Amino acid sequence: MKAMHRSRYSALSLVRHALKEMPWRRAWRAATPQPHYDVIIVGGGGHGLATAYYLAANHGIRRVAVLEKSYIGSGNVGRNTTLVRSNYQLPGNTQFFEHSLKLWESLSHTLNYNVMLSQRGQVVLAHGPAQLDVLARKGNTMLLNGIDAELLDRGEVMRLLPYLDYSSECRFPIYGGLLQRRAGTVRHDAVAWGYARAASDLGVDIIEHCEVTGFIENQGRITGVDTTQGRIHAGRTAIAVAGHSSHLAAMAGLRLPIESHLLQAFVTEAIKPFVDHVISFGAELFYISQSDKGGLVFGGHIDGFNSYTQRGQFPKAQDVAECAVALIPSISRLRLLRHWGGIQDMTPDGSPFIGRTPLRDLYFNGGWCYQGFKATPASGWCFAHTLAHEEEHPLIRHLALDRFERHNGFDEYGLGLWPYRQ
Amino acid sequence: MLRIPCPHCGLRDYTEFQYGGDASKIRPVHTEECLAPWHDHVFLFDNPKGVHREYWQHRLGCRQWLIIDRHTATNVIEPTTRDPTNSDLMNSDLMNTGRQP
Ligand SMILES: Cc1cc2nc3c(=O)[nH]c(=O)nc-3n(C[C@H](O)[C@H](O)[C@H](O)COP(=O)(O)OP(=O)(O)OC[C@H]3O[C@@H](n4cnc5c(N)ncnc54)[C@H](O)[C@@H]3O)c2cc1C
Ligand SMILES: [Zn+2]
Repeated sequence: MKAMHRSRYSALSLVRHALKEMPWRRAWRAATPQPHYDVIIVGGGGHGLATAYYLAANHGIRRVAVLEKSYIGSGNVGRNTTLVRSNYQLPGNTQFFEHSLKLWESLSHTLNYNVMLSQRGQVVLAHGPAQLDVLARKGNTMLLNGIDAELLDRGEVMRLLPYLDYSSECRFPIYGGLLQRRAGTVRHDAVAWGYARAASDLGVDIIEHCEVTGFIENQGRITGVDTTQGRIHAGRTAIAVAGHSSHLAAMAGLRLPIESHLLQAFVTEAIKPFVDHVISFGAELFYISQSDKGGLVFGGHIDGFNSYTQRGQFPKAQDVAECAVALIPSISRLRLLRHWGGIQDMTPDGSPFIGRTPLRDLYFNGGWCYQGFKATPASGWCFAHTLAHEEEHPLIRHLALDRFERHNGFDEYGLGLWPYRQ
Repeated sequence: MLRIPCPHCGLRDYTEFQYGGDASKIRPVHTEECLAPWHDHVFLFDNPKGVHREYWQHRLGCRQWLIIDRHTATNVIEPTTRDPTNSDLMNSDLMNTGRQP
């Protein structure tokens, strides 16, 4: 298939465009569906687009289509709070997420698209000695795997984050923390656009407003999909639709260990540079960072009951605001500017699934819970490998769809067994 | 705000309730020795984008367990003619095992 060699972005191309006052060209081709592809990827989120890119770039498989029911970036890839890190402790997770962070570190160059990785460091707080012990163990696991980690005592946290509440009446006194300096944030939309542009340049068709409505099945084998733009055949079909995983799987007659839940994110009005790191509260699921525009961005738990609404419930706004003020009292007068929701694919053990399904030539990637954004590059990398070789990449063998049948649940946080309680 | 009609206490904010998950599943009988039905019961979900039959407990009210039918894409709760607290309708899962979700 024709590869499009469009001009690369560079300082020179910026100046040239400014002088000529030309509009920038579309970042990726508008494509219409061909009758047949080697691989069809359902879902134009971060994972689908990254998979398409690595199929073309790493494996030379370029007859690939990404089918997106809405527009690129309309799902969770454009709704998340953009944190990336690799401070995990279960063997398997540690290596997978570090692979992802390494890919993030070179992604802007790889894609010739600035994804604005900001390695500002993430501090996970401990509010008591037992919690700090757990963080020390995690830090040691990271160090043994060649990942940067620094254990901080209370004084060191105070020096690094002087604006937290260290008063004597503080409800959850700060005891210490774990710092990963290489962790940080990435411009989420740019990830979708960057992968889309780079994949399109290699010949991948990115087809927006094309909803998959069914699968073509032939004697236990999936040979393509029905869509709102007609029937499309494929050698292999891959599902990467995040919150709609169960909905798609049901079209192929599969039931998944997944529930869909609403997660909200919040942004305050913009202030001058203040929160220089990503901070994770240790007393609740709550984390905060500051965007380049100056707004404080934060999030917390899922709303807690099955939902496809993409519209949040107000009590969560109150929960996260309480956490924010408990942690940083000085922001109590800030106004909340916006909040929004995304539908998260939650699993019983908090870990995702990547790999083959019981149906031949149908592959699945989903169940990412809270961690799918940071996983995007490694997920695409490993999923592309799996599709190309018809066998799971070594980094994702622990993430098989049938792991519960084999008593191999993979519970990083020890929160199992109910997806709505993760 | 999602509000749930409790047959004892009336229409109340969902924050007074504890969610208990999918109520449409039938628990395998205790003597079931084959692991496959247990696996399916514990780990697989229909997770519909549509009407979902689910457990809620009115924890900060009458403490009754209820079963409601709620549309997961609109949060509209379907009117019901059955008694949502009738234990015949509570499949054995919560009632007979004392599971506290
Ligand atoms: C509020 C919020 C905050 C988060 N914060 C973080 C964070 O800080 N760090 C982190 O690592 N993760 C975070 N996550 C999780 C992360 O965003 C997701 O796990 C990840 O983005 C999911 O993968 P995706 O990008 O491929 O999904 P999506 O972008 O949702 O892509 C799936 C796509 O599939 C499409 N689709 C669905 N049905 C069909 C169909 N029938 N046919 C065709 N297309 C279809 C959808 O339209 C959608 O575009 C957060 C999530 C939310 C909601
Ligand atoms: Zn009641």
